[in-house]
Formats: sequence, C-alpha cells, structure tokens
Amino acid sequence: MSEYRPGTRLYSSACETEVMVIKYKESSEISCGGHAMSDKPIVEKRRIDEGLASGTLIGKRYVNASNSLELLCVKPGNGSLVCGDEPLREKETKKLPSSD
Amino acid sequence: MNIATLLQMAAQACPTRIAVKCAEIELTFEQLWRAAKAAAAQFQSSDCDHIAYLGESNPAVPIALFGAALAELPYVPLNYRLGDLELEALLRRIAPARLITDRNPTFSVEGSRLHHAQTLFESAATTSEEFDVPQNPDAVAVQLFTSGTTGTPKAALLRHKHLFSYIISSVEFMSAAEHEAQLTAVPPYHIAGISAIISSVYACRRIVQLPKFDAADWLKLLTNESITSAFLVPTMLSRILDALSQAPEAKCPSLVSVAYGGGKMPMPVIERALQIFPGVAFTNAYGLTETSSTIALLGPEDHRQAAASNDPQIRRRLGSVGRPLPCIELKIQDKAGKTLGPDHAGEIYVRGPQVSGEYLESSATDEEGWFSTRDVGMLDRDGYLYLADRLDDVIVRGGENISPAEIEAVLLEDPAISDAAVVGIASIEWGETIAAAVVSKNGLAPDQEALRDLVRKRLRSSKVPEVIRHVPELPYNETGKLLRRVVKQGFQ
Repeated sequence: MSEYRPGTRLYSSACETEVMVIKYKESSEISCGGHAMSDKPIVEKRRIDEGLASGTLIGKRYVNASNSLELLCVKPGNGSLVCGDEPLREKETKKLPSSD
Repeated sequence: MNIATLLQMAAQACPTRIAVKCAEIELTFEQLWRAAKAAAAQFQSSDCDHIAYLGESNPAVPIALFGAALAELPYVPLNYRLGDLELEALLRRIAPARLITDRNPTFSVEGSRLHHAQTLFESAATTSEEFDVPQNPDAVAVQLFTSGTTGTPKAALLRHKHLFSYIISSVEFMSAAEHEAQLTAVPPYHIAGISAIISSVYACRRIVQLPKFDAADWLKLLTNESITSAFLVPTMLSRILDALSQAPEAKCPSLVSVAYGGGKMPMPVIERALQIFPGVAFTNAYGLTETSSTIALLGPEDHRQAAASNDPQIRRRLGSVGRPLPCIELKIQDKAGKTLGPDHAGEIYVRGPQVSGEYLESSATDEEGWFSTRDVGMLDRDGYLYLADRLDDVIVRGGENISPAEIEAVLLEDPAISDAAVVGIASIEWGETIAAAVVSKNGLAPDQEALRDLVRKRLRSSKVPEVIRHVPELPYNETGKLLRRVVKQGFQ
C-alpha cells in the first residue's frame, strides 16, 4: 500500500486520474476504478471495474462520510474514487466572494 | 503539496487562456507554466538558497514565484522602496540568492547573482522542460520581510501547505469565465500581491498588472481591458473616487466586484463607493502576512444590507471586517488568557491550516496552534469582527489602557476634521499621554478646545488629547497603513 501523507500525489492504475492527498486519517486503501492508486505514474493501465466509472473532475475535492479523508483531483479521469469499500463523494463547498 | 500544482492544473484545463498581461506582454497559462519550469531549471543549477525579486509588478513575478516553488526554494519579494543600505542588509540575510530585478542596482549583492526580469518571460515561448512538481508540504514557499515598524524586519515564513490550503479552501478551481479579468495594482512584495496571483491562477482568471498605481491609469486600464474585478487598498479607492468626481463621464461598465483591505477603510470612503458603484459587489478582506492573506471577510450582501439599514447595529457593520472564513477558528482573548464573549475587546487569535504565524527567528503560535495577531478587536453577537488597534499602539496613560482608534473615531465626528491619528507620547506625569494629529477639511487650524470638549463628552476626561497638532496630511505607506511611528516623531 502506498503512503498517504498530505501532499502526496496518487495515480490511478485504471484511468488518467491523479489526486493529491489533502487529509488522510484512515487506514484503508485508496482506489480508483477498482484498483489501488499508486504514488508513481502507471504506464500500463488496467481496465476500470464495472460500476466504478463515474469519473473524476479536476479541481474537485473528494471526501468520505466522516470527513477523515480528503483528496483533490489534479487530473481528471473516468474511474470512481473509493477508500476501502466506501465510495468518495464530491465535497460540498460554500462559494466565497473573491477577496484578493 | 506545492503551489506549482495549482498552476499546472490551470495550464492543463485552460492552456490557451491569457494568464497574465502587463502593457504589451501577455502569457497564456501554458506559457506561464513553461516559463516557470524553465526558470526552475535555471534556479536549481545556480547554487542559490533563495529566489529574490526586486521590482514592480510584471510577468516575471508569477514566473519567479512558481519557478521558485518548482525548484523548492523560498521566493523572497523585496520592497523596491527601501534604500540601498536596507536592501543590502536583507540580501545578506538570504545569501546566496538569485536576485531577479527590473532595475540596475546601485548596491552590492555579494554572494548573490543578478538576473534580469525580462529574460524570464522571454524564455516562455522557447523551452519545454519536463519537471516533476515537488511534494513536500513543509517546504517554504514564500519568505516575506515585515515592514519592521518596531525594529529589524522579521522574516515571515509561508510554507506550501499554508498557501495551498488557503487557495483550495477559498477559491473554486476554474470558477472564472473566459472573459473575466482581475486588475492587480498592489505591489508584489505585499501578501495581497502574492495571494492575488495564486487565487487568479487557480480560478483561471486573467491577471492584468498595473505596475504603478495612478487613479487615472487605473480607470483607463479598467475600460481598455474590460476588467471585471479588482483589489484595492483604501487609499487607492479614495483616489479613484476623487478622480471619478472630476470626470463624471467616466464609466466602468465591465466592473463586477471590488475587494479591499490592507488598512482601515474610512467609513465615508466606502459609503461614497457604494453610491458611485451601485452595481459593484464590494468585499472587505481582513488578513495578515502570517495567515496567508484573508481570514475574515465582509461580503457584498453584508455591504448592501448595512448600507440600506436604519438599524445602528446593522448599519455599523460597514465598519466591520465581516466573519471568519469557514476554515478559520477565531477567538478574542484578554491579557490573562481568558476567552471573551461578544462585544468585549481583546486580542484576536486565529487557528487553521492556512495560518503560519512563523518567523525565521521565532514563532507566534502556541502549542495548540493559536496565532496571536497583535490586533485588538471584538466580535458582535452575530459573529462580525470589528478591528480596533494594533496591540503595540494601545496607549497606557497612568495605568489605563486607551484605544487610539476610539478617540480617532470621535475626532472624525467633528465636521471640520477630515483625518485624525492619536498616539501616545512620553509624559513625566502619566508615563504616556495622548497626542492627536488632525487634518482639517478647509486647511485652517481647527478649534482645539471644541475638539477636547467633544472627546470629553463622548468618552471621558482621561481620554482627552493633551496635545493637538494641526497637520496638512497624515503619513501613510503605499498600502494605506498609517505610519504611527512617523506621527509620533512629529510630537518630539
């Protein structure tokens, strides 16, 4: 299992998705499209598992229900992000007025 | 976690959008990203510990900022208004440095190498280095020397994790539409100048730089570049309003929003601005260098409500800095360390992922991560924050703590007075006594006894200024901060 320190970039082994770890206070593995994410770029991609192709969007933050995990998508792809067996969802954010 | 990732994302999502424009030079996000990579390669091969920038705003500034981030070297913008001796002293503290500059320095830069700013953006078109973005969140992204009002400038450190957290929690990625453009007139060595660059890049918004602020130039650029948003310090806004009153035909149809901060906004200025720009959304931002910029803001809806309200509780919010950002914890504390409730003034403490509170020499955060801002303020019952004084400016007269801001507000109630500064000066009897410098609207000396009566009536006799000086104007720095040190010197 890769190390999930804040700031680490993780690469999908099933699609183009790249995420950055913002917060990780969990113990389970992070996967994308059904396969574990790696801290090194993956050249030979595997197939996305069925039902795990909802896709990722650049600039969106993904969290679990207890907010103990947060990932920032820095490159989009077709797989779904999952931690252990919990699918991650887009973090709801309050839009702030531009202050600088 | 590295701020260069934010530019990499923008270059990936909007490669052909204009990222930065200054006079005739413009760079797309793809070009800015390439130039930053080329700069980083040069920085890494030059055996330096810091990347310093000395000069006005131009496209070399974002290139140096992100290039330094990619090379994992601290970016150190220097104040070009400093004298040669002061600059030499700062450069000695960061040697060996690579000094990027738009001028020909007359001081010596022993141990450091010079690099002309122009060569940085000339490389944007030609190079395409591959570069892995470093990941260490604890690396120093920016080192800013404080203005040093009380002594030697301190070196405030902002690590990648602070700036990165600030941006991703306050800006939505690619939230700007293609036509949006931000006019940046704050100097590059100010935290607002740095956060403006990173925020706009992450929003994929075009930055238009105005190297030297002048109200007429600002208005011209606003029209020519169809500017949609801008950041201003209070003095700039005041000058723009003056320029508009002399040229009533000038219109700013594209302008949608204005954020302001960096110093205390006088109530009459913001009231006038809301009248002159009824369609513009105003945001007041309060922040410090040590907090990666904004920690509290008064949004456009707050401004409109306050301006339209007859309820004094709501009306006075125009003078507040709004509510803390969602990711910021804020408390007001007295000298004994007790947390105070609403409507009680004390020192402002903040905590959050964007808060550094760290200097090269020391740290101003406690074990629990609370940063003492040295600003005095209070929260109202609805959570709006009101700033009073810098802790260091509080006057201690015969053991009584006296707020200069409170007396200044009363002096400004006199219709003959346009500006006022209250400071403490040495007194044999009281330790410190109250002195006021006042500017009159018509240039004639004001009635001193009438002013003293006003303070006595509104506040109390111990707060009446012992000495009052009539001055033509008060000393402000370029970002609108009152230079109390200089006001004090006027009384010696």
